[in-house]
Amino acid sequence: MSTDAHAVTTTTEHSPVAGLPHDARGGIGNPVLGMLLFLTSEVMFFAGLFAAYFNVRANAPGGIWPPLNPETNEPYFLQFLPFVLPATVLLILSSFTAQFAVWAIRRGDRTSFLRNLSVTVVLGIAFLVMQAFDYALLYSEGITLDSGTFGTTYYTLTGFHMAHVFGGVIMLAVVLYRGLGGQFSSRHHDAVEASSLYWHFVDVVWIVLFSVLYILPGSGH
Amino acid sequence: MATQALAPAARGYRSGLYEWVTTTDHKKIGILYLINSFIFFFLAGLLALGVRVELAQPGLQFVTDQTYNELFTMHATAMIFLFIIPILAGFANYIVPLQIGAPDMAFPRINALSFWMLPLGGILLFLGFVTGGTAAAGWTSYAPLSEDAPLASPGYGQDLWIMSLVLVGTSSILGAINFLVTIFKMRAPGMSLFRMPILVWTMIVTSVLVLMATPVFTSAVIMLFIDRNYGGHFFDPATGGDAILYQNVFWFYSHPAVYVMVLPAMGMISEILPVFSRKPLFGYKAFVFATVAIGALGFSVWSHHMFTTGAVWLPFFSLMTFLIAIPTGVKMFNWIFTMWRGKLTFSTPLLFAIGFLSMFLIGGINGAFSASVPVDFAVHDTYFVVAHIHYVLFGGSVFGVMAGFYYWFPKMSGRRLNEGLGKVQFVLMFLGFNLTFFPMHQLGLAGMPRRIADYSSASGWQDLNVAATIGGFLIAFSMLPFLANIFLSLRSGEPAGDDPWEGNTLEWATSSPPPPYNFDRLPEIRSERPLFDARHGRIGH
Repeated sequence: MSTDAHAVTTTTEHSPVAGLPHDARGGIGNPVLGMLLFLTSEVMFFAGLFAAYFNVRANAPGGIWPPLNPETNEPYFLQFLPFVLPATVLLILSSFTAQFAVWAIRRGDRTSFLRNLSVTVVLGIAFLVMQAFDYALLYSEGITLDSGTFGTTYYTLTGFHMAHVFGGVIMLAVVLYRGLGGQFSSRHHDAVEASSLYWHFVDVVWIVLFSVLYILPGSGH
Repeated sequence: MATQALAPAARGYRSGLYEWVTTTDHKKIGILYLINSFIFFFLAGLLALGVRVELAQPGLQFVTDQTYNELFTMHATAMIFLFIIPILAGFANYIVPLQIGAPDMAFPRINALSFWMLPLGGILLFLGFVTGGTAAAGWTSYAPLSEDAPLASPGYGQDLWIMSLVLVGTSSILGAINFLVTIFKMRAPGMSLFRMPILVWTMIVTSVLVLMATPVFTSAVIMLFIDRNYGGHFFDPATGGDAILYQNVFWFYSHPAVYVMVLPAMGMISEILPVFSRKPLFGYKAFVFATVAIGALGFSVWSHHMFTTGAVWLPFFSLMTFLIAIPTGVKMFNWIFTMWRGKLTFSTPLLFAIGFLSMFLIGGINGAFSASVPVDFAVHDTYFVVAHIHYVLFGGSVFGVMAGFYYWFPKMSGRRLNEGLGKVQFVLMFLGFNLTFFPMHQLGLAGMPRRIADYSSASGWQDLNVAATIGGFLIAFSMLPFLANIFLSLRSGEPAGDDPWEGNTLEWATSSPPPPYNFDRLPEIRSERPLFDARHGRIGH
């Protein structure tokens, strides 16, 4: 088949949207859509872990949750972790500052963008430090990854969340570094949008985790 | 300012190897996928021959029980995760951007990352052979079989299996994101959703399945890893865990994974049948909706793998499984009526596509048998189920892969494959496949359990096992004309030209192989067959 039979009328260059930047073509940019899809898969990953948590919890021997200490056959002495509440507040606050940073760069206000982003990174690090203190306290009470179903599920769920916070802090720090170099503007800031979406996701997972682990009442005591 | 020619950004010539290792071109990455997948296809095929040789007669002749467990575990794991899923992703990598008129995938570097995780994952998986034993608990690796001594495999094999599959799963997820963004954001002007080639549609549904299901599998095997290495208690009933939990999270992925393994192959033969029948696909929209329906229903049937556990609601999962037959049946009629009264050309791609139709039909019918709860209780964990999965995944997917390979090889290489050798391969493979797997139905009904290395000589199972073993070698033998064909055609095959088959879709509008940027210009897109329209002056539009 000769090529001239392919009646050529359209070229990619002649497309009405060729040459426009992504955000001017309408719809969301590729990196932002990519991040949303990635977060879908992240939701499903945590769904698997939560499924395991609720399954194990529902099957707890005698319906007692948290289960008894297998060593002593008595309930664990669980004191309310001192840093949980402040850490939660800080993380939720950091979601707000992340969004303020996004709004600022959309307006082209780089100063406000950098300021809010820096605060977000600091809050993220503070959350990680507080979590580490709480882990140390729990560990001293004998709750470890292998001390029973409570320890296994608790550390797995919060551990994977912490790993995501850690990843988010790195992501935001890279965006901050690039922002300090002046790489973002009101037209080009897909990385800011995408990493703030990720940060909101991490926050939402924590709110669910917090509700399930600390608010949903234990049973059998 | 003086006019000055800009220095080219790339530094001239680079060695071929450097170019291939660092490439972000979706076409080169697609070919890397194909090569990598075929390597694991041959390795996993050798493992299958090991299984068949051992089963040819009662008693243990060649391997120990442990080695036998490793053989079938590694065979299935490599075939599923390192051959079928990646090779379909590889075809899609090459073809989908071309079919939608895009210059590349949306995220070319992530695309390269997705690929390079695969050989790494494969090496991790096979490392078990040199570290004191591979995984040996079957590709399903049910807990507690995969968890505790003395049941679990000694050595690090099971942990390597987990690490490998987390890598391969991440590769799939990143690939799925890439496909979805590419398809939704990078279509050429005029390429509306209902003008997309069917392969593109099947890749949308496949990618959604991967995106939603694979992470759950990742969580399952990570929990397994925690149980095995850090003293976790997820799946250990003795300490409050739940072994059935593993099966639930595992199959929540692994049933949709079956559609991940077959939908793109369905898409491929849906490209091939219209071209070799000289007709449009019969019922384009019905096919699209059927594909979406299969994807959606695919999430509600996972427990049909767990009927005999007594822990699932049988009527629901049985009903949902039967429902899958409806959209699948719609597709069967799409394909049959596409060929009906068509001007058929029996080239090798069409032969393999018809092989897909007929073998997948058998796989669907014996699948419907297994969906029936009382039948499933009788045939669960027997060779009947082994026959079923091979009719679906070999008779279906692998025949589809071969059809696609013969169809698109001219586009990828610029050379046609030899038709004679292709037909020899098809006949050998078709006969070998049926000789291997058809007797397994009978073996299963006679009660032969799967995953056993030995059986009693009084069982009466030997004749059919010998037939299956001969068939297995016939399949292996059919790879010789295949390899010879690739080798000879690359050296001295007939030049293909841009459009050797008079295709319908955009990949045939560019040169063979296409330039790195894919298209200088595109034909006008007014239907799902832009090239047909261009050839025939858009009659009827």
